[in-house]
Amino acid sequence: MLNWLRLGIAEPTRIIDISRLDGLDQIEALAGGGLKIGALTHLNDVAQHALVMRDYPVLSQAILNAASPQLRNLATIGGNLLQKTRCAYFRAEEELPCNKREPGSGCSALHGINDNHAIFGWTEDCVATQPSDPAVALAALDAVIVTAHSSGGRRIPAAEFHLLPDTRPEAHNVLQHGELVTAIELPAPAPRSAYLKVRERESYEYAIVAAAAVLEMNGRTIRRAGLALGSVALRPWRLIAAEEQLAGADIGDRDALSAAIEQSFVEARPLSQNAYKIELAKNAALRAIEKAARMPS
Amino acid sequence: MNFHDRHLLRLRVNGEDHSLSDLDPRVTLLDLLRERLQLTGTKKGCNFGECGACTVHLDGQRVNACMILAVSAEGREVTTIEGLANGNALHPVQQAFIDHDGFQCGFCTPGQVMSAAALIEEGHTSSDAEIREWMSGNLCRCSAYPQIVEAVRAAAGRASQ
Repeated sequence: MLNWLRLGIAEPTRIIDISRLDGLDQIEALAGGGLKIGALTHLNDVAQHALVMRDYPVLSQAILNAASPQLRNLATIGGNLLQKTRCAYFRAEEELPCNKREPGSGCSALHGINDNHAIFGWTEDCVATQPSDPAVALAALDAVIVTAHSSGGRRIPAAEFHLLPDTRPEAHNVLQHGELVTAIELPAPAPRSAYLKVRERESYEYAIVAAAAVLEMNGRTIRRAGLALGSVALRPWRLIAAEEQLAGADIGDRDALSAAIEQSFVEARPLSQNAYKIELAKNAALRAIEKAARMPS
Repeated sequence: MNFHDRHLLRLRVNGEDHSLSDLDPRVTLLDLLRERLQLTGTKKGCNFGECGACTVHLDGQRVNACMILAVSAEGREVTTIEGLANGNALHPVQQAFIDHDGFQCGFCTPGQVMSAAALIEEGHTSSDAEIREWMSGNLCRCSAYPQIVEAVRAAAGRASQ
């Protein structure tokens, strides 16, 4: 948020420090078998919590691949979901056409530098991507974002929390004015789950492509798969068609896994400079599935 | 912008209690340390949370001082590079950086040392790869990385691999 002020992305007249609100930094087991993570829990505390490491390795791995150790001591799991795109035009110090900065001004990336922009779900209004790593894991896990508002809160599926540019290109997520994320709820444990992040250097960098895989296995057969890609769209991109076809596949049959993944790339649309991301994303999805299958159950 | 408020801030820095009045709420912890308390050992590199030069300990945890508003540190305990040594006895990490030549220009060094001291407390020193990963939030433009890893390994009390 401080960087938004520095760049002029946000110009608030008042800032409210919510960091000391009671009870929002706890991790507790839910009666039904899931886990409730308070929105103000710091990223390092989520990633290194014994239950998260054991039951939701995809989330632990996604967080430990995000930002730096120092930033993860400051950043919260709720705040992480509210981050804005890293598109260089959006964050430019001199103002350039950007529908997210100035609605109606246009999109500089559409025909500009777009080598790390979206391959799914973009419109001519905005071709940026959502950079959050944890959000991708939460989408694959079918997590729920719990919010509070003076008129009552709501429960938002993690995969629907961020907005594609087809409705309001200036918005990043569905939160309304005065609405506060209070918790993230995870469903039943997903020990066979993994996160894979592809980036230009080994550490402390945003993804070119990331993939989260959550598997339920019966021996070597995939019973159910949850798959999401990161940094390919303005929201974590669920591979629904691939998930459906993966049910019943043998984990050792690479051709079958690849054919299933292919189903979800029918709708991929490259920009002028990022066609390479399509192949990269397919391979990342395959490797994430294989990595998840190797996790101890 | 319309920031007319002025705040009173109490916090503990390097074991000393401070009470600061007339504080602009937009001031970061980094600027407070450097400009109000004259603790200039904490460096301002990028001022965007990217380089780690401003790493300090807040209630014992390493954080980027440029990413915290000073007013939100009310009542908390801050340790900077000036507070790491025990009198004239250097902290083991400081001594290790000297012994292993863990710097060239030295600008990133206070942040590197604060990060390394915390990393050792956290127990992220099982291998050189783990040290590198957990030191990745501290950039060194002179690229003294091999010597920094050596220094951290030595300070953690591990034999050379």
